[in-house]
Amino acid sequence: MKKKVVGLVLYAIFSLIPIYWMVNCSFKTTTEILSTFRWFPEHPTLRNYLHIFGNEGWRASFINSFEYVGLNVLLVLVAAIPAAYAFSRWKFRGDKHLFFWLFTNRMAPGAIFMIPMFELYGNMGLFDTPMAVALAHCLFNLPLAIWILEGFMSGIPKELDETALIDGYSFGKFFIKIFLPLIRPGIGVAAFFCFLFSWTELVLARTLTSVNTKPISVTLTISLGAEGWDWGVLAAAGVLTMLPGVILVYFIRNYITKGFSMGRV
Amino acid sequence: MKNRAWLFLTPALVLVSLSAFIPLMTVVNYSLHVLFPGSIPYFVGLQNFREVLNDEVFMGCIKRQIIFALQILIIQIPMGLAIALAMPKKGNWLTLMIVLLGIPLLIPYNVTGMVWRVFTRMDLGVVPRVFASLGYDYRPVEHVADAWWTTVVMDVWHWVPLVTLLCFAGLQTIPDAFYQAAKIDGASTWATFRKVTLPKLRYVLTIAVLLRTMDSFNIYSEPYILTGGGPGTSTLFMSIYVSSQAAGAFDMGTGAALSVVYLVIVVLLCYLLYTMMLNVGKGGADR
Repeated sequence: MKKKVVGLVLYAIFSLIPIYWMVNCSFKTTTEILSTFRWFPEHPTLRNYLHIFGNEGWRASFINSFEYVGLNVLLVLVAAIPAAYAFSRWKFRGDKHLFFWLFTNRMAPGAIFMIPMFELYGNMGLFDTPMAVALAHCLFNLPLAIWILEGFMSGIPKELDETALIDGYSFGKFFIKIFLPLIRPGIGVAAFFCFLFSWTELVLARTLTSVNTKPISVTLTISLGAEGWDWGVLAAAGVLTMLPGVILVYFIRNYITKGFSMGRV
Repeated sequence: MKNRAWLFLTPALVLVSLSAFIPLMTVVNYSLHVLFPGSIPYFVGLQNFREVLNDEVFMGCIKRQIIFALQILIIQIPMGLAIALAMPKKGNWLTLMIVLLGIPLLIPYNVTGMVWRVFTRMDLGVVPRVFASLGYDYRPVEHVADAWWTTVVMDVWHWVPLVTLLCFAGLQTIPDAFYQAAKIDGASTWATFRKVTLPKLRYVLTIAVLLRTMDSFNIYSEPYILTGGGPGTSTLFMSIYVSSQAAGAFDMGTGAALSVVYLVIVVLLCYLLYTMMLNVGKGGADR
Protein backbone atom coordinates (compact mmCIF):
# COMPACT_ATOMS: atom_id res chain seq x y z
CA MET A 1 0.00 0.00 0.00
CA LYS A 2 2.77 2.39 0.95
CA LYS A 3 4.64 1.73 -2.25
CA LYS A 4 1.58 2.72 -4.25
CA VAL A 5 1.22 6.04 -2.45
CA VAL A 6 4.92 6.86 -2.88
CA GLY A 7 4.64 6.05 -6.60
CA LEU A 8 1.60 8.25 -7.06
CA VAL A 9 3.18 11.14 -5.19
CA LEU A 10 6.33 10.90 -7.30
CA TYR A 11 4.21 10.88 -10.43
CA ALA A 12 2.21 13.87 -9.21
CA ILE A 13 5.44 15.80 -8.67
CA PHE A 14 6.71 14.86 -12.14
CA SER A 15 3.47 15.99 -13.67
CA LEU A 16 3.10 19.31 -11.84
CA ILE A 17 6.67 20.66 -11.66
CA PRO A 18 7.01 21.78 -15.31
CA ILE A 19 3.70 23.63 -15.11
CA TYR A 20 4.58 25.13 -11.76
CA TRP A 21 7.84 26.39 -13.19
CA MET A 22 6.09 28.32 -15.93
CA VAL A 23 3.52 29.75 -13.49
CA ASN A 24 6.43 30.70 -11.24
CA CYS A 25 8.15 32.49 -14.13
CA SER A 26 4.97 34.33 -15.06
CA PHE A 27 5.05 36.19 -11.73
CA LYS A 28 8.69 37.26 -12.06
CA THR A 29 10.27 40.02 -14.05
CA THR A 30 12.37 38.85 -16.99
CA THR A 31 15.51 40.14 -15.30
CA GLU A 32 14.81 37.98 -12.28
CA ILE A 33 14.04 34.94 -14.48
CA LEU A 34 17.36 35.22 -16.26
CA SER A 35 19.57 36.25 -13.37
CA THR A 36 18.55 34.16 -10.37
CA PHE A 37 17.27 30.63 -9.87
CA ARG A 38 14.45 30.52 -7.36
CA TRP A 39 11.46 28.31 -6.68
CA PHE A 40 9.40 31.31 -5.64
CA PRO A 41 9.32 34.81 -7.13
CA GLU A 42 11.32 37.17 -4.97
CA HIS A 43 8.99 40.08 -5.63
CA PRO A 44 5.80 38.60 -7.09
CA THR A 45 4.52 40.93 -9.78
CA LEU A 46 1.45 41.10 -12.02
CA ARG A 47 3.37 43.20 -14.50
CA ASN A 48 3.42 40.44 -17.15
CA TYR A 49 -0.32 39.88 -16.99
CA LEU A 50 -1.05 43.60 -17.02
CA HIS A 51 1.21 43.94 -20.04
CA ILE A 52 -0.85 41.34 -21.94
CA PHE A 53 -4.19 42.84 -21.00
CA GLY A 54 -2.91 46.30 -21.88
CA ASN A 55 -1.32 45.32 -25.17
CA GLU A 56 -3.49 45.63 -28.26
CA GLY A 57 -1.77 42.76 -30.11
CA TRP A 58 -2.03 40.18 -27.34
CA ARG A 59 -5.60 41.16 -26.52
CA ALA A 60 -6.64 40.98 -30.16
CA SER A 61 -5.06 37.51 -30.46
CA PHE A 62 -7.12 36.17 -27.57
CA ILE A 63 -10.30 37.67 -29.03
CA ASN A 64 -9.50 36.28 -32.49
CA SER A 65 -9.06 32.82 -31.03
CA PHE A 66 -12.36 32.99 -29.16
CA GLU A 67 -14.08 34.18 -32.33
CA TYR A 68 -13.13 31.31 -34.58
CA VAL A 69 -13.31 28.71 -31.83
CA GLY A 70 -16.85 29.80 -30.96
CA LEU A 71 -17.85 29.80 -34.61
CA ASN A 72 -16.33 26.36 -35.07
CA VAL A 73 -18.16 24.85 -32.08
CA LEU A 74 -21.43 26.31 -33.37
CA LEU A 75 -20.94 24.99 -36.92
CA VAL A 76 -19.91 21.57 -35.67
CA LEU A 77 -22.82 21.13 -33.28
CA VAL A 78 -25.43 22.25 -35.82
CA ALA A 79 -24.12 19.70 -38.33
CA ALA A 80 -23.13 16.91 -35.94
CA ILE A 81 -26.33 16.56 -33.91
CA PRO A 82 -28.58 15.55 -36.84
CA ALA A 83 -25.78 13.50 -38.43
CA ALA A 84 -25.15 11.56 -35.21
CA TYR A 85 -28.89 10.97 -34.91
CA ALA A 86 -28.96 9.51 -38.42
CA PHE A 87 -26.01 7.22 -37.65
CA SER A 88 -27.44 6.01 -34.35
CA ARG A 89 -31.03 5.44 -35.54
CA TRP A 90 -31.04 4.36 -39.15
CA LYS A 91 -29.18 1.97 -41.39
CA PHE A 92 -28.51 3.29 -44.86
CA ARG A 93 -26.32 2.45 -47.81
CA GLY A 94 -22.70 3.26 -47.07
CA ASP A 95 -23.18 4.23 -43.42
CA LYS A 96 -20.22 2.16 -42.21
CA HIS A 97 -17.89 3.50 -44.91
CA LEU A 98 -18.90 7.05 -44.16
CA PHE A 99 -18.33 6.47 -40.45
CA PHE A 100 -14.84 5.13 -41.13
CA TRP A 101 -14.02 7.97 -43.48
CA LEU A 102 -14.99 10.48 -40.83
CA PHE A 103 -12.66 8.65 -38.48
CA THR A 104 -9.71 8.99 -40.85
CA ASN A 105 -10.44 12.71 -41.14
CA ARG A 106 -10.15 13.01 -37.38
CA MET A 107 -6.70 11.43 -37.53
CA ALA A 108 -5.43 13.17 -40.67
CA PRO A 109 -2.50 15.49 -40.00
CA GLY A 110 -3.22 19.15 -40.56
CA ALA A 111 0.03 19.65 -42.46
CA ILE A 112 -1.46 17.83 -45.46
CA PHE A 113 -4.27 20.36 -45.78
CA MET A 114 -2.17 23.51 -45.72
CA ILE A 115 -1.84 24.13 -49.46
CA PRO A 116 -5.35 23.16 -50.59
CA MET A 117 -7.14 24.96 -47.79
CA PHE A 118 -5.12 28.08 -48.38
CA GLU A 119 -6.15 27.98 -52.06
CA LEU A 120 -9.77 26.99 -51.51
CA TYR A 121 -10.56 29.52 -48.80
CA GLY A 122 -8.52 32.11 -50.64
CA ASN A 123 -10.71 31.64 -53.70
CA MET A 124 -13.82 31.83 -51.54
CA GLY A 125 -12.59 35.16 -50.18
CA LEU A 126 -12.33 33.79 -46.67
CA PHE A 127 -8.58 34.08 -46.16
CA ASP A 128 -7.71 35.85 -42.90
CA THR A 129 -11.27 35.67 -41.57
CA PRO A 130 -12.46 33.71 -38.52
CA MET A 131 -14.71 31.71 -40.85
CA ALA A 132 -11.72 30.20 -42.70
CA VAL A 133 -10.19 28.76 -39.54
CA ALA A 134 -13.59 27.69 -38.18
CA LEU A 135 -14.28 25.76 -41.40
CA ALA A 136 -10.81 24.26 -41.49
CA HIS A 137 -11.11 22.97 -37.94
CA CYS A 138 -14.30 21.12 -38.89
CA LEU A 139 -11.87 18.65 -40.48
CA PHE A 140 -11.13 17.05 -37.11
CA ASN A 141 -13.86 18.43 -34.85
CA LEU A 142 -16.88 17.36 -36.87
CA PRO A 143 -15.95 13.65 -36.88
CA LEU A 144 -15.08 13.82 -33.21
CA ALA A 145 -18.44 15.38 -32.34
CA ILE A 146 -20.36 12.90 -34.49
CA TRP A 147 -18.58 9.94 -32.88
CA ILE A 148 -19.07 11.21 -29.32
CA LEU A 149 -22.72 12.15 -29.88
CA GLU A 150 -23.46 8.88 -31.63
CA GLY A 151 -22.17 7.05 -28.54
CA PHE A 152 -24.43 9.04 -26.24
CA MET A 153 -27.46 8.73 -28.55
CA SER A 154 -27.08 4.97 -28.93
CA GLY A 155 -27.40 4.74 -25.16
CA ILE A 156 -30.99 5.96 -25.45
CA PRO A 157 -33.38 3.19 -26.50
CA LYS A 158 -35.05 3.55 -29.88
CA GLU A 159 -38.40 2.69 -28.28
CA LEU A 160 -38.43 6.16 -26.77
CA ASP A 161 -38.61 7.73 -30.24
CA GLU A 162 -41.42 5.45 -31.29
CA THR A 163 -43.41 5.95 -28.10
CA ALA A 164 -43.18 9.71 -28.40
CA LEU A 165 -44.37 9.63 -32.01
CA ILE A 166 -47.28 7.34 -31.10
CA ASP A 167 -48.20 9.69 -28.27
CA GLY A 168 -48.75 12.33 -30.92
CA TYR A 169 -45.56 14.34 -30.70
CA SER A 170 -44.40 15.73 -34.01
CA PHE A 171 -40.83 14.75 -34.85
CA GLY A 172 -39.51 18.26 -34.39
CA LYS A 173 -41.18 18.69 -31.04
CA PHE A 174 -39.94 15.30 -29.84
CA PHE A 175 -36.41 16.07 -30.96
CA ILE A 176 -36.20 19.45 -29.26
CA LYS A 177 -38.35 18.85 -26.16
CA ILE A 178 -37.42 15.28 -25.28
CA PHE A 179 -34.39 14.02 -27.16
CA LEU A 180 -31.97 16.96 -26.90
CA PRO A 181 -32.40 17.40 -23.12
CA LEU A 182 -31.65 13.69 -22.71
CA ILE A 183 -28.30 13.94 -24.49
CA ARG A 184 -27.31 17.26 -22.93
CA PRO A 185 -24.21 15.80 -21.25
CA GLY A 186 -23.12 14.45 -24.64
CA ILE A 187 -23.52 17.85 -26.26
CA GLY A 188 -21.53 19.41 -23.45
CA VAL A 189 -18.69 16.92 -23.81
CA ALA A 190 -18.61 17.27 -27.61
CA ALA A 191 -18.61 21.06 -27.35
CA PHE A 192 -15.82 21.02 -24.80
CA PHE A 193 -13.53 18.86 -26.88
CA CYS A 194 -14.23 20.83 -30.06
CA PHE A 195 -13.35 23.94 -28.11
CA LEU A 196 -10.16 22.36 -26.82
CA PHE A 197 -8.86 21.03 -30.12
CA SER A 198 -9.73 24.17 -32.05
CA TRP A 199 -8.18 26.40 -29.36
CA THR A 200 -5.01 24.31 -29.56
CA GLU A 201 -4.53 23.79 -33.28
CA LEU A 202 -1.52 25.50 -34.79
CA VAL A 203 -0.70 24.43 -38.38
CA LEU A 204 -3.95 25.39 -40.09
CA ALA A 205 -4.63 28.42 -37.91
CA ARG A 206 -1.22 29.78 -38.87
CA THR A 207 -1.66 29.09 -42.58
CA LEU A 208 -5.10 30.64 -42.87
CA THR A 209 -4.56 33.88 -40.99
CA SER A 210 -2.26 36.82 -41.40
CA VAL A 211 -2.71 40.25 -39.86
CA ASN A 212 -6.36 40.64 -38.93
CA THR A 213 -7.20 37.37 -37.27
CA LYS A 214 -3.92 36.07 -35.89
CA PRO A 215 -4.86 33.68 -33.05
CA ILE A 216 -3.17 33.33 -29.69
CA SER A 217 -1.52 30.00 -30.50
CA VAL A 218 0.27 31.65 -33.42
CA THR A 219 1.20 34.85 -31.59
CA LEU A 220 2.65 32.76 -28.79
CA THR A 221 4.67 30.61 -31.19
CA ILE A 222 6.03 33.52 -33.16
CA SER A 223 7.02 35.38 -30.00
CA LEU A 224 8.68 32.25 -28.72
CA GLY A 225 10.71 31.95 -31.92
CA ALA A 226 12.19 35.41 -31.47
CA GLU A 227 15.06 35.00 -29.04
CA GLY A 228 15.71 37.58 -26.40
CA TRP A 229 12.02 38.06 -25.92
CA ASP A 230 10.31 38.98 -22.73
CA TRP A 231 10.17 35.58 -21.01
CA GLY A 232 7.97 36.83 -18.18
CA VAL A 233 5.30 37.99 -20.61
CA LEU A 234 5.55 34.77 -22.62
CA ALA A 235 5.11 32.65 -19.51
CA ALA A 236 2.07 34.72 -18.55
CA ALA A 237 0.60 34.26 -22.04
CA GLY A 238 1.20 30.51 -21.74
CA VAL A 239 -0.59 30.45 -18.40
CA LEU A 240 -3.54 32.38 -19.83
CA THR A 241 -3.73 30.04 -22.83
CA MET A 242 -3.91 26.92 -20.69
CA LEU A 243 -6.39 28.41 -18.23
CA PRO A 244 -9.66 27.35 -19.99
CA GLY A 245 -8.66 23.67 -20.00
CA VAL A 246 -7.37 23.72 -16.44
CA ILE A 247 -10.48 25.47 -15.11
CA LEU A 248 -12.78 23.01 -16.83
CA VAL A 249 -10.85 19.86 -15.89
CA TYR A 250 -12.88 19.38 -12.70
CA PHE A 251 -16.22 19.56 -14.50
CA ILE A 252 -15.17 17.35 -17.37
CA ARG A 253 -13.27 14.81 -15.23
CA ASN A 254 -15.55 11.84 -15.91
CA TYR A 255 -15.54 12.39 -19.66
CA ILE A 256 -11.87 13.07 -20.46
CA THR A 257 -11.33 9.51 -21.70
CA LYS A 258 -14.33 9.80 -24.03
CA GLY A 259 -12.97 12.87 -25.75
CA PHE A 260 -9.63 11.29 -26.55
CA SER A 261 -10.91 7.85 -27.58
CA MET A 262 -13.61 9.16 -29.92
CA GLY A 263 -16.28 8.23 -27.37
CA ARG A 264 -15.39 4.54 -27.51
CA VAL A 265 -14.30 4.00 -23.89
CA MET B 1 -36.53 6.48 -44.16
CA LYS B 2 -33.38 6.28 -46.25
CA ASN B 3 -33.95 9.74 -47.65
CA ARG B 4 -34.49 11.16 -44.23
CA ALA B 5 -31.08 9.83 -43.13
CA TRP B 6 -29.38 11.67 -45.96
CA LEU B 7 -31.36 14.81 -45.18
CA PHE B 8 -30.05 14.68 -41.62
CA LEU B 9 -26.53 14.20 -42.93
CA THR B 10 -26.62 17.11 -45.37
CA PRO B 11 -25.18 19.84 -43.12
CA ALA B 12 -22.40 17.50 -42.02
CA LEU B 13 -21.65 16.52 -45.62
CA VAL B 14 -21.42 20.16 -46.68
CA LEU B 15 -18.89 20.83 -43.93
CA VAL B 16 -16.97 17.64 -44.68
CA SER B 17 -16.68 18.49 -48.36
CA LEU B 18 -15.43 21.99 -47.58
CA SER B 19 -13.00 20.95 -44.86
CA ALA B 20 -11.85 17.54 -46.09
CA PHE B 21 -13.08 16.26 -49.44
CA ILE B 22 -12.32 19.19 -51.76
CA PRO B 23 -8.93 19.95 -50.16
CA LEU B 24 -8.01 16.27 -50.34
CA MET B 25 -8.87 16.02 -54.04
CA THR B 26 -6.86 19.18 -54.68
CA VAL B 27 -3.79 17.69 -53.00
CA VAL B 28 -4.06 14.47 -54.99
CA ASN B 29 -4.43 16.48 -58.20
CA TYR B 30 -1.44 18.72 -57.39
CA SER B 31 0.72 15.75 -56.53
CA LEU B 32 0.61 14.67 -60.19
CA HIS B 33 1.72 18.05 -61.54
CA VAL B 34 4.69 20.36 -61.56
CA LEU B 35 3.25 23.53 -60.15
CA PHE B 36 5.12 26.80 -59.95
CA PRO B 37 3.13 29.77 -58.67
CA GLY B 38 1.86 31.89 -61.57
CA SER B 39 2.55 29.36 -64.30
CA ILE B 40 0.43 26.68 -65.93
CA PRO B 41 0.42 23.29 -64.15
CA TYR B 42 2.29 20.66 -66.06
CA PHE B 43 1.25 17.01 -65.76
CA VAL B 44 4.15 14.74 -64.78
CA GLY B 45 2.39 11.60 -63.56
CA LEU B 46 4.19 9.84 -60.76
CA GLN B 47 7.49 11.71 -61.04
CA ASN B 48 6.84 13.69 -57.85
CA PHE B 49 6.37 10.44 -55.97
CA ARG B 50 9.65 9.08 -57.25
CA GLU B 51 11.29 12.19 -55.84
CA VAL B 52 9.56 11.69 -52.48
CA LEU B 53 10.76 8.11 -52.22
CA ASN B 54 14.31 9.28 -52.97
CA ASP B 55 14.03 12.08 -50.44
CA GLU B 56 16.45 11.08 -47.71
CA VAL B 57 15.18 13.65 -45.23
CA PHE B 58 11.64 12.30 -45.56
CA MET B 59 12.77 8.69 -45.24
CA GLY B 60 14.72 9.75 -42.14
CA CYS B 61 11.50 11.24 -40.76
CA ILE B 62 9.61 7.98 -41.29
CA LYS B 63 12.35 6.01 -39.56
CA ARG B 64 12.45 8.49 -36.69
CA GLN B 65 8.69 8.37 -36.40
CA ILE B 66 8.68 4.57 -36.05
CA ILE B 67 11.46 4.58 -33.46
CA PHE B 68 9.67 7.33 -31.55
CA ALA B 69 6.39 5.40 -31.61
CA LEU B 70 8.07 2.24 -30.31
CA GLN B 71 9.91 4.07 -27.54
CA ILE B 72 6.90 5.96 -26.23
CA LEU B 73 4.77 2.80 -26.32
CA ILE B 74 7.35 0.82 -24.35
CA ILE B 75 7.42 3.54 -21.70
CA GLN B 76 3.84 4.78 -21.68
CA ILE B 77 1.79 1.58 -21.70
CA PRO B 78 3.40 -0.11 -18.65
CA MET B 79 3.69 3.20 -16.81
CA GLY B 80 0.07 4.14 -17.50
CA LEU B 81 -1.13 0.70 -16.47
CA ALA B 82 0.93 0.79 -13.25
CA ILE B 83 -0.49 4.17 -12.27
CA ALA B 84 -4.02 2.99 -13.05
CA LEU B 85 -3.51 -0.04 -10.78
CA ALA B 86 -2.16 2.15 -7.99
CA MET B 87 -5.01 4.66 -8.17
CA PRO B 88 -7.44 4.91 -5.27
CA LYS B 89 -10.73 3.24 -6.16
CA LYS B 90 -13.11 5.92 -4.96
CA GLY B 91 -13.53 9.03 -2.86
CA ASN B 92 -11.91 12.45 -2.94
CA TRP B 93 -8.45 11.08 -3.64
CA LEU B 94 -9.75 9.54 -6.84
CA THR B 95 -11.26 12.86 -7.94
CA LEU B 96 -8.00 14.62 -7.14
CA MET B 97 -6.05 12.02 -9.09
CA ILE B 98 -8.29 12.31 -12.17
CA VAL B 99 -8.03 16.10 -12.12
CA LEU B 100 -4.27 15.79 -11.85
CA LEU B 101 -4.19 13.40 -14.81
CA GLY B 102 -6.47 15.67 -16.81
CA ILE B 103 -4.26 18.73 -16.57
CA PRO B 104 -1.47 17.69 -19.00
CA LEU B 105 -4.10 16.43 -21.45
CA LEU B 106 -6.16 19.61 -21.48
CA ILE B 107 -3.30 22.07 -21.88
CA PRO B 108 -3.03 23.22 -25.50
CA TYR B 109 -0.28 21.30 -27.30
CA ASN B 110 1.74 24.38 -28.16
CA VAL B 111 1.73 25.39 -24.49
CA THR B 112 2.94 21.88 -23.62
CA GLY B 113 5.91 22.54 -25.88
CA MET B 114 6.39 25.90 -24.26
CA VAL B 115 6.15 24.57 -20.69
CA TRP B 116 8.91 22.11 -21.52
CA ARG B 117 11.02 24.64 -23.32
CA VAL B 118 10.94 26.97 -20.33
CA PHE B 119 11.59 23.98 -18.08
CA THR B 120 14.64 22.77 -20.01
CA ARG B 121 16.25 25.98 -21.28
CA MET B 122 19.88 26.55 -20.41
CA ASP B 123 19.43 30.03 -18.99
CA LEU B 124 16.16 29.75 -17.10
CA GLY B 125 15.18 26.09 -16.80
CA VAL B 126 15.23 23.60 -13.98
CA VAL B 127 16.48 20.54 -15.86
CA PRO B 128 19.95 21.84 -16.83
CA ARG B 129 20.58 22.82 -13.18
CA VAL B 130 19.57 19.39 -11.92
CA PHE B 131 21.81 17.68 -14.47
CA ALA B 132 24.66 20.07 -13.72
CA SER B 133 24.50 19.19 -10.04
CA LEU B 134 24.70 15.52 -11.07
CA GLY B 135 27.76 16.28 -13.16
CA TYR B 136 26.13 15.87 -16.57
CA ASP B 137 26.41 18.56 -19.21
CA TYR B 138 22.83 18.84 -20.53
CA ARG B 139 22.58 20.78 -23.83
CA PRO B 140 19.31 20.10 -25.70
CA VAL B 141 20.06 22.74 -28.34
CA GLU B 142 23.37 21.15 -29.37
CA HIS B 143 23.34 17.51 -28.33
CA VAL B 144 21.22 15.11 -30.37
CA ALA B 145 20.61 12.64 -27.55
CA ASP B 146 19.56 15.37 -25.10
CA ALA B 147 17.07 16.84 -27.57
CA TRP B 148 15.65 13.43 -28.45
CA TRP B 149 15.15 12.22 -24.88
CA THR B 150 13.70 15.56 -23.84
CA THR B 151 11.10 15.12 -26.58
CA VAL B 152 10.36 11.55 -25.45
CA VAL B 153 10.02 12.58 -21.79
CA MET B 154 7.76 15.46 -22.80
CA ASP B 155 5.54 13.04 -24.72
CA VAL B 156 5.46 10.69 -21.74
CA TRP B 157 4.52 13.59 -19.48
CA HIS B 158 1.80 14.64 -21.91
CA TRP B 159 0.21 11.28 -22.75
CA VAL B 160 0.70 8.81 -19.88
CA PRO B 161 -2.45 10.30 -18.29
CA LEU B 162 -4.49 9.15 -21.29
CA VAL B 163 -3.21 5.57 -21.02
CA THR B 164 -3.91 5.68 -17.28
CA LEU B 165 -7.44 6.95 -17.73
CA LEU B 166 -8.18 4.34 -20.39
CA CYS B 167 -6.82 1.53 -18.19
CA PHE B 168 -8.67 2.87 -15.18
CA ALA B 169 -11.94 2.86 -17.14
CA GLY B 170 -11.19 -0.75 -18.12
CA LEU B 171 -10.37 -1.79 -14.54
CA GLN B 172 -13.67 -0.45 -13.28
CA THR B 173 -15.61 -2.81 -15.53
CA ILE B 174 -14.02 -5.92 -13.96
CA PRO B 175 -16.50 -7.28 -11.37
CA ASP B 176 -15.16 -7.78 -7.84
CA ALA B 177 -16.36 -11.40 -7.95
CA PHE B 178 -13.43 -12.27 -10.21
CA TYR B 179 -10.89 -11.09 -7.65
CA GLN B 180 -12.71 -12.82 -4.82
CA ALA B 181 -12.71 -16.07 -6.77
CA ALA B 182 -8.97 -15.69 -7.42
CA LYS B 183 -8.39 -15.07 -3.71
CA ILE B 184 -10.33 -18.17 -2.70
CA ASP B 185 -8.27 -20.19 -5.16
CA GLY B 186 -5.16 -18.87 -3.46
CA ALA B 187 -3.78 -17.09 -6.56
CA SER B 188 -0.78 -14.81 -6.02
CA THR B 189 -1.03 -11.09 -6.85
CA TRP B 190 1.00 -11.65 -10.00
CA ALA B 191 -1.13 -14.61 -11.12
CA THR B 192 -4.30 -12.60 -10.53
CA PHE B 193 -2.89 -9.78 -12.62
CA ARG B 194 -1.82 -12.15 -15.42
CA LYS B 195 -4.95 -14.31 -15.52
CA VAL B 196 -7.72 -11.90 -14.52
CA THR B 197 -6.76 -8.27 -14.97
CA LEU B 198 -4.69 -8.35 -18.13
CA PRO B 199 -7.11 -10.38 -20.31
CA LYS B 200 -9.98 -8.14 -19.20
CA LEU B 201 -8.04 -5.07 -20.21
CA ARG B 202 -7.43 -6.31 -23.74
CA TYR B 203 -9.90 -3.90 -25.33
CA VAL B 204 -8.71 -0.73 -23.62
CA LEU B 205 -5.06 -1.67 -24.02
CA THR B 206 -5.57 -2.18 -27.76
CA ILE B 207 -7.22 1.22 -27.99
CA ALA B 208 -4.43 2.79 -25.94
CA VAL B 209 -1.68 1.31 -28.13
CA LEU B 210 -3.37 2.30 -31.36
CA LEU B 211 -4.38 5.80 -30.26
CA ARG B 212 -0.88 6.51 -29.06
CA THR B 213 0.61 5.17 -32.31
CA MET B 214 -1.72 7.33 -34.39
CA ASP B 215 -1.16 10.46 -32.32
CA SER B 216 2.59 10.00 -32.36
CA PHE B 217 2.46 10.01 -36.16
CA ASN B 218 0.62 13.33 -36.02
CA ILE B 219 2.85 14.99 -33.46
CA TYR B 220 3.57 18.58 -34.49
CA SER B 221 3.21 21.51 -32.07
CA GLU B 222 5.13 20.11 -29.13
CA PRO B 223 8.43 19.23 -30.83
CA TYR B 224 8.08 22.20 -33.19
CA ILE B 225 8.16 24.54 -30.22
CA LEU B 226 10.50 22.51 -28.03
CA THR B 227 13.27 21.83 -30.53
CA GLY B 228 12.08 23.07 -33.92
CA GLY B 229 13.23 19.71 -35.32
CA GLY B 230 16.85 20.25 -34.40
CA PRO B 231 19.68 19.95 -33.78
CA GLY B 232 20.05 19.16 -37.48
CA THR B 233 17.18 16.88 -38.31
CA SER B 234 17.46 14.81 -35.13
CA THR B 235 13.93 15.58 -33.88
CA LEU B 236 12.35 16.40 -37.25
CA PHE B 237 9.03 14.57 -37.43
CA MET B 238 6.94 13.96 -40.54
CA SER B 239 4.37 16.67 -39.94
CA ILE B 240 7.03 19.31 -39.29
CA TYR B 241 8.87 18.38 -42.48
CA VAL B 242 5.73 18.18 -44.62
CA SER B 243 4.42 21.52 -43.39
CA SER B 244 7.77 23.21 -43.92
CA GLN B 245 7.90 21.80 -47.47
CA ALA B 246 4.30 22.81 -48.18
CA ALA B 247 4.92 26.35 -46.98
CA GLY B 248 8.46 26.85 -48.22
CA ALA B 249 9.05 24.84 -51.38
CA PHE B 250 8.70 26.62 -54.70
CA ASP B 251 7.14 23.68 -56.52
CA MET B 252 3.84 22.88 -54.86
CA GLY B 253 3.67 19.53 -56.65
CA THR B 254 6.43 18.00 -54.53
CA GLY B 255 4.85 19.23 -51.32
CA ALA B 256 1.55 17.74 -52.41
CA ALA B 257 3.15 14.39 -53.21
CA LEU B 258 4.76 14.38 -49.76
CA SER B 259 1.35 15.07 -48.25
CA VAL B 260 -0.24 12.21 -50.17
CA VAL B 261 2.40 9.71 -49.02
CA TYR B 262 2.02 10.94 -45.45
CA LEU B 263 -1.76 10.61 -45.71
CA VAL B 264 -1.57 7.07 -47.08
CA ILE B 265 0.58 6.02 -44.11
CA VAL B 266 -1.85 7.58 -41.65
CA VAL B 267 -4.94 6.10 -43.34
CA LEU B 268 -3.40 2.62 -43.28
CA LEU B 269 -2.78 3.02 -39.55
CA CYS B 270 -6.37 4.26 -39.17
CA TYR B 271 -7.71 1.20 -40.90
CA LEU B 272 -5.74 -1.03 -38.57
CA LEU B 273 -7.00 0.89 -35.54
CA TYR B 274 -10.59 0.84 -36.72
CA THR B 275 -10.82 -2.86 -37.53
CA MET B 276 -8.96 -3.92 -34.40
CA MET B 277 -11.19 -1.71 -32.26
CA LEU B 278 -14.31 -3.35 -33.69
CA ASN B 279 -12.98 -6.92 -33.54
CA VAL B 280 -11.45 -6.77 -30.08
CA GLY B 281 -14.60 -5.06 -28.87
CA LYS B 282 -16.69 -7.99 -30.10
CA GLY B 283 -14.42 -10.80 -28.93
CA GLY B 284 -13.27 -9.26 -25.68
CA ALA B 285 -16.59 -8.13 -24.29
CA ASP B 286 -17.60 -11.36 -22.58
CA ARG B 287 -14.47 -13.36 -22.07
